[in-house]
Amino acid sequence: MLAQFDSTWVQPTFDYHAFAPEIVLVCVLVVMILVDLFAPREAKGALPSLAGLGLLAAAIPVITLAVSGHTRVLFGGAYVVDQFTLVLTAVFLVTGYVVVLLSTNTIAEGDYWEGEYYILILSSVLGMMIMASARDLIGIFIALELLSIPAYMLAAWKKRDLKGNEAGIKYYLMGVFASAVMLYGMSLIYGFTGTTKLVEIGAKLGQPLGDGRQLVTLGIVFVLIGFGFKVSAVPFHSWAPDTYEGAPTPVTAFLATASKAAGFVALLELIFVAFYPRADVYEPLMWALAAATMTIGNLIALRQTNLVRMLAYSGIAQAGYILAPFAVAGTSASVGQTAIKAIVTYLVIYVVMNLGAFAVVIAVARKTRSAEITSFAGLFQYAPGLTVAMSIFMFSLAGIPPLGGWFAKLVIFGSLASAGTTSGYVLAVLVAVNSVIAFFYYARVMRYMWMEEAPDGDRTPIRIPASLQIALVLTVGVTLIYGVFPGLVAHFTDTVSLLSLGR
Amino acid sequence: MKSFLDDWGLTLATFIPLVGVAIMLLVPKAEEQLHKIIALLTTFAVAGMGVLLLTNFDYDRAGELQYSINRSWIPFINARYHMGLDGISLPLVALTMLVVPLCIIYSWNHFPEPQNPKAFLILILILETGMVGSFLAEDLILFFVFFEVVLLPMYFLIGVWGGEQRQYASIKFFLYTLFGSALMIVSFLALYFLSDKVMIDGVSVHTFDMTLLPAAASGISTSAALLIFGGMFMGFGIKVPIFPFHTWLPDAHTQAPTVGSVILAAVLLKLGTYGFVRIALPILPGAARSWAPYIGALAVIGIIYGALCCLAQTDMKRLIAFSSVAHMGYVMLGIASLTAFGINAAIFGMVAHGLITGMLFFVAGTVKERYHTLDIKRLGGMLQSMPHLGWILGLCTMASLGLPGLAGFWGEFPAILSAWEANVANVGLFRFYMVIAAIGTVLAAGYLLWLYQRTAFGTPSDEFADDPHLHDVSVLEWVAWLPMLAGIVILGFVPNIIFHVTDPAVIRTVMTSLNRAGG
Repeated sequence: MLAQFDSTWVQPTFDYHAFAPEIVLVCVLVVMILVDLFAPREAKGALPSLAGLGLLAAAIPVITLAVSGHTRVLFGGAYVVDQFTLVLTAVFLVTGYVVVLLSTNTIAEGDYWEGEYYILILSSVLGMMIMASARDLIGIFIALELLSIPAYMLAAWKKRDLKGNEAGIKYYLMGVFASAVMLYGMSLIYGFTGTTKLVEIGAKLGQPLGDGRQLVTLGIVFVLIGFGFKVSAVPFHSWAPDTYEGAPTPVTAFLATASKAAGFVALLELIFVAFYPRADVYEPLMWALAAATMTIGNLIALRQTNLVRMLAYSGIAQAGYILAPFAVAGTSASVGQTAIKAIVTYLVIYVVMNLGAFAVVIAVARKTRSAEITSFAGLFQYAPGLTVAMSIFMFSLAGIPPLGGWFAKLVIFGSLASAGTTSGYVLAVLVAVNSVIAFFYYARVMRYMWMEEAPDGDRTPIRIPASLQIALVLTVGVTLIYGVFPGLVAHFTDTVSLLSLGR
Repeated sequence: MKSFLDDWGLTLATFIPLVGVAIMLLVPKAEEQLHKIIALLTTFAVAGMGVLLLTNFDYDRAGELQYSINRSWIPFINARYHMGLDGISLPLVALTMLVVPLCIIYSWNHFPEPQNPKAFLILILILETGMVGSFLAEDLILFFVFFEVVLLPMYFLIGVWGGEQRQYASIKFFLYTLFGSALMIVSFLALYFLSDKVMIDGVSVHTFDMTLLPAAASGISTSAALLIFGGMFMGFGIKVPIFPFHTWLPDAHTQAPTVGSVILAAVLLKLGTYGFVRIALPILPGAARSWAPYIGALAVIGIIYGALCCLAQTDMKRLIAFSSVAHMGYVMLGIASLTAFGINAAIFGMVAHGLITGMLFFVAGTVKERYHTLDIKRLGGMLQSMPHLGWILGLCTMASLGLPGLAGFWGEFPAILSAWEANVANVGLFRFYMVIAAIGTVLAAGYLLWLYQRTAFGTPSDEFADDPHLHDVSVLEWVAWLPMLAGIVILGFVPNIIFHVTDPAVIRTVMTSLNRAGG
């Protein structure tokens, strides 16, 4: 085992282009810290803009990398920049940008620390970007911590609020516990395979395992469960609703979209590159997780009266749909490929429509100071634009054409059906039944907005600040365009592949 | 002209309403009159497009898809933008394009509470796109999208502009249909993956194309085909609705605003039966044979059950709603017979039911508006207080009960007759169904005549004796109704207008497939 440390040190070739998005973001972070420290108080108002522009600037090298086209493998395969990385990096950057837009007014007007807030958001996004590239157990772990630790702090950002503290501490304790479970699993896998690189693990697990079988199984289960916490899969979901409710709403939006997507990215990398040969372990586990997550998430969502909590449970249910393709992924390489595309497609659309829904919640809360569903009553009478936008997001989450969500659902159904196995079809029917259950609570929001009277007859219009307007236009536009021309999103996700590395 | 229609005809016919929606979104809400004019002109434009399509349609080749357009849409899953018009779609497209403008004319001066013509009309226009698109789509995914697009506006029409129980009715309507269509989409995907690959643009791929699937799907194993058909049956059957999935219908109809009921009855229900004829039967003929006896059984149960429920109703609108259950039972019986005769009758029945029941809902809406009640006990003497309305109601009830010479007859009678020589293994069973269905016509005559007798005959009750609100049919109402009344009479005398269009298409699309599957 020690033999590998004897080899002489070789300077790795460093591809600056491949790292450019991360480097840009780190530079922006440093500048922001300096501005926050030394700039006069008045100048600090520019921090949100700086954060937003920094995120967009980091997206430029993503585009140039996409144009240049070829896959860049760094550090002997521990860090890879390919189509998959680029699509998800772009998703994380854009999500970060929209979250900054959502935060601008809320954070400035509330009793919050402002400079640190944006710095933490950017750090967390940096962690997600690394997650999208990491193909190594240690890399994945570092990325996970880098994205999680700022998120723990952000969740407790309402300093003197009991619920805010509850949100932070719950999220932190559950997150650390999950990390511990996952690390233990990783150590077992490392112990058996003697490597942390996912590709090499994949190659080792593809061979007969002999006595190590149980050990590896345990390791895989522990690692997957660790990420089960991150993506709030049932039964590891209990932190999500409390954290979502207690955190400031823009942070909730961030946790529900980007942070969850990052968890799925890690699952994708681990399952398709490292654990792929062990379908006998992860398929049943994922089947059970998916079935339980969507069903229980939906059933509990039915009873929520607070919109943010409802979105939390709806997010849990959606996580169940996203987990579903994993349950058939091992059937064959082509089914696996379909599953990767389905999951990435769903993530892209899920992030957009959920961000949009939170944007409306934030806009409405500016007037009503509440996220109770009843506070949306009569919205159509005084804010028809917001009502239509919210309806679009709710219907999209429910998967009704011609809004983005339907295509996401379709590709999930497609990947389940492509396996052609009974378990795949049963899960597909389960997703179908769940979609119907889910519609009921999405429709309740619709009912209050469209069919009820405004409480106390208060019909003063809502003034929406510019940053929120941009966020809404972006998310509504993308949701609609995805729905009508799904070919566009499919165009980006079509080339996404991880399997080739695992073979 | 012809080449323009070939390239753009169907696309324009489907999406012109959305252009109207876009314009209306830019006009402020207060300009109510302008909104009405834009909406009406839009639907006229669609109808004009329809007339062009109808006049340029090659009736000698009614069995083939015309004006087809077939473009790449979602290459990821090989879903294509494939639309076409043939003899099966044509009557239903024409019906849709006729009914929608009439609905807008009817609502011109009486929008239901809470008014807001802008939103109301925008929803109607979106609905039109969904309905026309569903009848024209030749790709399963495209069909699914249009099929679902229809749900949204109808949900809001019922939920916002409906009656007392509107929230309950609207969510019930949506959940039922969504449940069906969720299973339907799983079926479509199973079909996609289990069917053979076909050559498109020189590449061998799976397909959602309705014209290619009948051949491609022939290799699917019997057990899988039965399950896939089951999924489609749920999707289409709930929409029809077939007993026992009908319970959303009376609530939706009763609570919907008048125009919503009319469109629901005239067009939306047909999406289900159309789905059977266009998709389920041709693509899975073998499974259709196995399912036919059960579908037939549910159809006749629906006929009798619907009729009995009608006899028990005290609310006029609810009675008409249950009569829909019974009438759609005849349509389903015609389809389940799996004969060209029965399926032609079914398509005729769809159009006839659309016109007749649509008219009945118009009348019911007017009655509600004048009397402020639909309680049959309190109505009466309509022929005295509002003779024109009374006679129109008379004509519609006669048509609805299947009086020869009016449109209803040609949908009902051949459907019953087709069960005699049903194209299934167990002919005797269908003959038994036929007897039951025939008894259903007697019951239909019973509840309709009884309804007419209670509402139109006699003298007005004291409370309505000198009611000034009871003014007879207004000019706008005449304008809105005359085309439909004319349609009922003309189709009654010259049913061949529809049969000679549908017959070649039914033979080409459905029967060749069914016959290939063996009998």
